Amino acid sequence: MSTYPTTPSQTVGPYLHIGLPWPDGPYAVDEDVPGALWIRGTVHDGAGATVPDALVETWQADPEGRFDHPDDPRGARAHPGFRAFGRCPTDASGAYGIRTLKPGPVPGPHGDQAPHIDVSVFARGMLNRVVTRLYFPEEEAANAADPVLNGIGDPEARATLVARREEDGYRFDIRLQGEGETVFFDV
Amino acid sequence: MSTPPTPSDATRTPSGLHVPGYVRDPDTHPPLDYPEYGSTALRHPKRPLTLLPHMLTEITAPVLGQDRLGELDHDLTRQHEEEPQGQRIIVHGQVRDSDGRPVPHTLVEIWQANAGGRYRHTSDNWPAPLDPHFTGVGRALTDAEGHYRFVTIRPGAYPWRNHRNAWRPAHIHFSLFGRAFTQRLVTQMYFPDDPLFFQDPMWNSVPDPKARERMLASYDHDATEPEWALAYRWDVVLRGREQTPFESEEEILEDDE
Ligand SMILES: [Fe+2]
Repeated sequence: MSTYPTTPSQTVGPYLHIGLPWPDGPYAVDEDVPGALWIRGTVHDGAGATVPDALVETWQADPEGRFDHPDDPRGARAHPGFRAFGRCPTDASGAYGIRTLKPGPVPGPHGDQAPHIDVSVFARGMLNRVVTRLYFPEEEAANAADPVLNGIGDPEARATLVARREEDGYRFDIRLQGEGETVFFDV
Repeated sequence: MSTPPTPSDATRTPSGLHVPGYVRDPDTHPPLDYPEYGSTALRHPKRPLTLLPHMLTEITAPVLGQDRLGELDHDLTRQHEEEPQGQRIIVHGQVRDSDGRPVPHTLVEIWQANAGGRYRHTSDNWPAPLDPHFTGVGRALTDAEGHYRFVTIRPGAYPWRNHRNAWRPAHIHFSLFGRAFTQRLVTQMYFPDDPLFFQDPMWNSVPDPKARERMLASYDHDATEPEWALAYRWDVVLRGREQTPFESEEEILEDDE
């Protein structure tokens, strides 16, 4: 039973850059780990302008679909050189980049979920974070069977969650509002 | 290591893995669309949020340790050669979940303005002095009982351009991880008896006045240290676990194994 009411969220405000970025934040994986790739993107607002005062965080499974966490019933398992968590503020042009590994499929209640990365966006002008998921374009069959993607009826909306392949990784742009608005989740 | 405080309530079926999720608390939080805070206008989604069931990615989070912390990260008054200007204070409290369970060994990050209300940030240019002895950034891990403690100075109020004569009440920004992606929280701690709440859209964006009070620290005379520093206590409550669905199902599973 919930006894204690929770603490409300507040915006990160305009000065998040002094408090939240870490020097190694964008590196969810050490640089020399095989398979490391970049997730890059730009955050846009409802007028199409880039958002230079946002922070993007990522959380994901390792390439075998495992988590280094005691609540994973399969047991916590660390992947060498891999933190699984990335954090990057957007720069003056609204761009972010996270160096990471591609996750493996993760078990869900009715079969595997397609490989995915949970993404949080914090910014000035946002009283709470927004949460989205990044999926991989080459995982067509797994994506077609994914329970979360399948819960989104509109194909155009669903497409906002699928990253684009680039030479050294993937591009995942985030549109907070309006045309091409990214699908955001109630977590 | 002792056993984790949360038992594994996972349910395996031939087709998959069900894990208990976290309680949703929409009534606590401000809306993303809040016209009184002008900058929300172009930064809130127009499409309704899609419900995300909690699965493994959502019930886990990075386990961050002592290696993220510098020796003096918890004491914002000792990060420079001399002490910063302003009223030295202790800010401490406990991080719990909504079942009252402490959240141990979780990273708490703070950032704040100096005593004059100015941030050490390139885009904060209002005519208040910077303090060469104050950065305004702190980090700490909660202990085994979920307690955290910072030493800092009381931040000043500062003006902004949201509305005429807009001033932010004194506050400290807090960022917390908890033990699950769903528990992630960024918020602000306020001080009691601040006269600026009535015109502050951040404070007022929280719909329930009782929930606003949960962002308020209380003066703590017991933790105040004689001839040294005033103390404020601020407890943070993160979302708790949903209840185990069916006990009988668990028993069946135990029989299988
Ligand atoms: Fe602030």
